[in-house]
Amino acid sequence: MATFFGEVVVAPSRAGLDEEEEAREETPEDREIRREIEKKREIEVLWSCAEQPLVCSRFIVAIGRNAAAFLSSFILDSVCWEVVGVVKLWNEWCRTSSTTNVLPTDSFCLFYRLISDPTVLLCQCSCYVAEDQQFQWLEKVFGSMQKKDLQVTILSTCPVADYKTQESTLTLVSPFLKALKTKEFQEQVCCPLLEQPNIVRDLPAA
Amino acid sequence: MFIPCDRGGGSAAPDFKGFTLLMPAVSVGNVGQLAIDLVISTLDMTKVGYFYTDCLVPMVGNNPYATAEENSVELSINAEVYSLPSRKLVVLQIRSPFIKNKYRPFCETLLSWVKSSKCARVVLLSSSHAYQRDDEQLLGTPLRYLLTPDLEKAVGGRMKELNWKEMEKVAAYPGINNTDKVLHIPGGGITKLLFTESCSEGIQMAVLLKFCSEGDNIPDAFVLVNYLNEWLQLIKSEVNPSSQWKIPSSWRLLFGNGLPPALF
Repeated sequence: MATFFGEVVVAPSRAGLDEEEEAREETPEDREIRREIEKKREIEVLWSCAEQPLVCSRFIVAIGRNAAAFLSSFILDSVCWEVVGVVKLWNEWCRTSSTTNVLPTDSFCLFYRLISDPTVLLCQCSCYVAEDQQFQWLEKVFGSMQKKDLQVTILSTCPVADYKTQESTLTLVSPFLKALKTKEFQEQVCCPLLEQPNIVRDLPAA
Repeated sequence: MFIPCDRGGGSAAPDFKGFTLLMPAVSVGNVGQLAIDLVISTLDMTKVGYFYTDCLVPMVGNNPYATAEENSVELSINAEVYSLPSRKLVVLQIRSPFIKNKYRPFCETLLSWVKSSKCARVVLLSSSHAYQRDDEQLLGTPLRYLLTPDLEKAVGGRMKELNWKEMEKVAAYPGINNTDKVLHIPGGGITKLLFTESCSEGIQMAVLLKFCSEGDNIPDAFVLVNYLNEWLQLIKSEVNPSSQWKIPSSWRLLFGNGLPPALF
């Protein structure tokens, strides 16, 4: 794409990466570097309880700082809930550690279990899980559970500016709730369903 | 990779033997994907399954082809398969970009699924950067096609009858040596990789692409889908074929919300 005289820039495209990058043959050094980076970006799920796999009937996942803060403020306490696991990961935006003693401003991903009913699990994920790590997160977390009539609830937030609607978002009363549900979920949903053409992406979608 | 929908009653997995697989490349202007949306929406195709893959950015929403309250609450994700057995047509729609380094794994898995489900041929809808055209390509039709050798034998003649233009190869080392020619599809996403892999695997594949730029690509999608229709005759192309394609409800608000009244 030409801009002013003499300057040609590569136009950014919704198609994503320039395929030339992908089509180029990898040298052994490239392959080695790619493997090292992949290893660094691997996710580790560490459980602190003895019973493996964990039996789970209700799994509540809070993704993002707002949702995690909601759980901290209204649900979690040290009397009814115990920490049973942590996710250790690294990407360009954040690093989490295996410590379970976290500050609200830290990036972390912790799992809690309800002491009175150990099949109820809760996850607070305030760290950003990158695109290439989302599938891994999903497989490793759900892979270590023994599902028993499992019901999953995902809590997350999106900016109002991203909400697509006929009126302007300036006049919308916010915050507001919207839901997506699978057809297997038969219970009453507490808020309206998300209208087309709005979508959810990244870890909540995964 | 392919997970069939549970339609209840213990129905068997769908059979795609002998079907034509129609799919988009995630490419400049998302033209292929928009064209596929038109096909699925117009032919009212039934969803038969999805791809469980780590190669695409996850996304989820409610049914993008909803026409009424009743059918608007089915979840839809990033790679879904629709079918129309009466036309022996199976369509894959891809709704999100590829994750870095996942082009090749996706192409390999897809082609192996094509072989195992015994699809007769694959038609890939794609696009390429208009600003990279050479002087000759700037004139005439912006539409091009490509056929793998196996499909060339079967339908090459038809393309000649339709007066279609084959995608030109470009010099591998322009300026230095103009004899070595290679296929170059800038902005085409997985198009080139999928095409070259199909050539070497003996898969019958056709690529239909349009030169375009990012912007309002709805007209490009109509042009591409009409191009496809010249060959596959999915809908009757009488007087004005464009008016017969049904725009899905999810195309609403593509360029933003309504304006705040306070602006004026």
